[in-house]
Amino acid sequence: MSDTEEPQQKTVIGISYGNSNSSIAFTGPDGKAEVFANEEGDRQIPSVLSYVGDEEYHGAQAKSHLVRNPKTTIAYFRDFLGKSFADIDPTNAHASAHPIQHDSGVAFSVEEKAESGLSTLTVSEITTRHLRRLQESAADFMGKPIDGCVITVPTDFSESQRKLLVEASKAGGLEVLQIINEPVAALLAYAAREETSHPADKTILVVDIGGTRTDAAVVASRGGMYTLLATQHDYELGGRQFDDALIDHFSKEFIKKHKTDPRSNERSLAKLRLECENTKKTLSLSTSSQISVESLADGIDFSSSVNRLRFDMLTKKSVDQIVALVESVVKKAELDLMDINEVILAGGSSHTPKIASRINQIFPASTVVQAPSTMPTALNPAELCARGAAIQASLIAEFEAEDIEQSTHPAVTVTPHLAKSLGVVIAAPEGDAGKAEDKVYVFLESETAVPARRTATFVGSKTGGDILIKIVEAKRESVDVTPPKEEKVNGVDDEDEDDDDDDDEEDIKIFKRVTEVERVLAEALLKDVKKGAKIEVMLNVAGDLTLTLTARVVGSQGGVRGTIPGSAL
Amino acid sequence: MNVVATSHSLPPAEPEWVHEGSFHILEQLSKPVHRNLEPVGPHYLAHARRKRHHRTFSEDDRIVAAQQAKNVEDADSGEISEPEDPLLLQRDPKDWKNQDHYAVLGLSKYRWKATDEQIKKAHRRKVLKHHPDKKAAAGGVDDDNFFKCIQKAMEILTDPIKRRQYDSVDESADIDPPSRKSKANIYKLWNPVFDSEARFSKKKPVPRFGDDKSTKVEVEEFYNFWYNFDSWRTFEYLDEDVPDDNENRDQKRHVERKNKAARAKRKTEDTARLRKAVDDALAMDVRLQKFRKEERLQKDAKKIAREAEEKRLADEAKKKAEDEAKRKEEEETALKASKADAKKAKEAAKNAAKKNKRVLRKGAEDANYFHGEGSAPSDVITNVLADVELLITKLDNEELDSLAKRLAGLKVGEEIKAVLVDGVHSIVSKGSSKDGDFKVLK
Repeated sequence: MSDTEEPQQKTVIGISYGNSNSSIAFTGPDGKAEVFANEEGDRQIPSVLSYVGDEEYHGAQAKSHLVRNPKTTIAYFRDFLGKSFADIDPTNAHASAHPIQHDSGVAFSVEEKAESGLSTLTVSEITTRHLRRLQESAADFMGKPIDGCVITVPTDFSESQRKLLVEASKAGGLEVLQIINEPVAALLAYAAREETSHPADKTILVVDIGGTRTDAAVVASRGGMYTLLATQHDYELGGRQFDDALIDHFSKEFIKKHKTDPRSNERSLAKLRLECENTKKTLSLSTSSQISVESLADGIDFSSSVNRLRFDMLTKKSVDQIVALVESVVKKAELDLMDINEVILAGGSSHTPKIASRINQIFPASTVVQAPSTMPTALNPAELCARGAAIQASLIAEFEAEDIEQSTHPAVTVTPHLAKSLGVVIAAPEGDAGKAEDKVYVFLESETAVPARRTATFVGSKTGGDILIKIVEAKRESVDVTPPKEEKVNGVDDEDEDDDDDDDEEDIKIFKRVTEVERVLAEALLKDVKKGAKIEVMLNVAGDLTLTLTARVVGSQGGVRGTIPGSAL
Repeated sequence: MNVVATSHSLPPAEPEWVHEGSFHILEQLSKPVHRNLEPVGPHYLAHARRKRHHRTFSEDDRIVAAQQAKNVEDADSGEISEPEDPLLLQRDPKDWKNQDHYAVLGLSKYRWKATDEQIKKAHRRKVLKHHPDKKAAAGGVDDDNFFKCIQKAMEILTDPIKRRQYDSVDESADIDPPSRKSKANIYKLWNPVFDSEARFSKKKPVPRFGDDKSTKVEVEEFYNFWYNFDSWRTFEYLDEDVPDDNENRDQKRHVERKNKAARAKRKTEDTARLRKAVDDALAMDVRLQKFRKEERLQKDAKKIAREAEEKRLADEAKKKAEDEAKRKEEEETALKASKADAKKAKEAAKNAAKKNKRVLRKGAEDANYFHGEGSAPSDVITNVLADVELLITKLDNEELDSLAKRLAGLKVGEEIKAVLVDGVHSIVSKGSSKDGDFKVLK
């Protein structure tokens, strides 16, 4: 019966395929993306597969097998996809099935069925199985088969890795509509929340702190279009380092009491690792957390507690590394920290309050840091990528495969971007001849993809008469706006909990970024403007960098129009 | 297009504007940087669309807007497309009982098929068009009669009970059954009739009249369904107005009784009407004749097949009997012949045996009963003869024959005795006699 009805809407989902955890999301009819739980109720589904007896375990169940059956449990396999054995860092897979060399790159050797001998599973095959399980969970939840998906990957995933991922997914019966970059997916998750159809131009830093790695990216958001300006990766920094800090801490405590090191035994270590991960998660929400491990080593039960302060101290080194990574990526993008309008923390480890507060510190107060501990309205950082993928999936669900292919083709994506911000000179505010005020109203920020256009209205002069419109290329400069001594300094945090910040610099200067004229491109004259009339100015930059200015007094005909012919690209 | 309202003002021009025209170019834009846009998000998709189709912003805006407008129109078309009957517009809202509520909302081609969604949309559109405020604003007379009609129609069509009551008596949706004499395609005639009647069925789905390809089961199910039709049709809508309770109670009850009776009567009539329609359909249904004919043909075919089978069986039995008789006869003749042969052979053997016995006895006699010279005494003769006789009786015909052959021509008593003793040995070794039985021949 249903066949005769009009074509059903396609069921598409977004998948965040992580090295440690994956999640799946869909976009509801109201346009809101929702991450859904698998059969076990997990929204963060560990990317782990375990073969015990005749059974294949997936997700949290498989992860718990890391303690008892580490040799047949495959974890942390995503980053091995499409790489040669020589190029991989197998450290993370130390406590699970070990990667081995294979013709197609990397593989794992496990006993899939009891008594059937070892079989070799390539990373592609494992990926296929993992994605198939995710797809099954999604289909169960939605109650209908899944027609397609969008998968997120880190920005440093190569073309061949992306291709392999698409193939692996197809082998499992799941059509991949598009592979998108994780930071952009996280951005999209936040962008979709905004009501306006004309998002403001922003420069955004996305810090994705995952289980085994941390990626930072500076993204220019111009008119809702995103351009990656710089990316930075740290493959030895992530939630695991935070777990390790706790493991060391508790191990020392255990040694003190029982003279045995739980780290010396693989099984004890695996047990402790699982519990420390839970303890870490609890510490993100409450200020102290219990840990108890039955029969940790030599049959001795272990139970202890740790508070957040201690945890922050233990993990200071890792947090410092994250901050350093953030600073370096901004530098790599040739920007100043003050140019970042928004910081989005993604990845499960971003729940840690200390990370958010430290990042918040290095940015000016005007910068919004989207993390659960700094922003009550922030989305769950662990779900961002899946949500963004689900939103993208719903946008392109009805597209033909060819349409998607064409739209994502480099011929369309590679676009000239403005090297400098474009704006018009504005009148200096009367009275206060402050140098710390913007001289230029910026229409089009640098890194805006062309063609682009912006329109703004200006308040008319009080006296009336002719008006000068100066089109300029602008730059931003830091201006010292440090208030006189006695005033309260507001850019710097009041009294850090841990006093290990070197407070040598007593004179903390406060800077403000203001726009300055760099180069005047053209001048236009708008004659006989009446007193108090509003002026509408539109700047339109065509694909060949032809700039068109249109200015008129609101509510009247005529005005001024001029074109700067584009230089050859 | 998005316009940002800033709080900034633009600087006044210097009094001496020296350039020609009102626009003066000083420099060109800096060289752009080529970067990769992330192919993600609605704004990127719009950008890709513009770039692929080489559209400018304004062109794209126009095309997208046109497309959207078209989509909206497509979704709504058909509901308002009906022209409004000027007579309908002048209806008196007090006469709502005789009003065609669907026509008022412009849904007369949907009628009972109209969905709640359609009714809601149609109502909104009609209200937008006929709202008294709008008419007054347009300088028209203050006439809200048709607006009242619209509201009444909405009231009835959005209340499921009232809508059923109205649908029950909505004769415009009825399709009259064809007359029995009509010669046209019965499927074209009857299908719409039953499709329209089906709206009253409590049970869903309702079997359709079908076409000449319908199977017998389907046709039977159809008539079975319609002869046991369970209808929700009621006739409350046609009730006379019941007067107020406080006016005259008797009068009120009288009217109520009358209404009840009228409803029952109409219901009975309706049932009878439907029954007649089904009867008519049944009478005109050529498929039933076809099925009957097919059945008869099938039966006949069966009968013929059965007879053929019987005949075949009879033929087979007959042939079998004949074969049997022939075989018996042959057997008998063969038996007779063999019997005669056996008799002859037996006699011959008998004769031969007699002859052989004689040869044996003669042999003994020739050998002078193995007594050397002179005539043998009588007891020797008796013993030898008895032995020979015993030998003869113990030997079978063939042995007798071979013994007789060996004896033939022998004259010497010792040789004859040897031959006979051989014979005795042979029978002793066979076990048919013992050594002690023979007195001489051993």
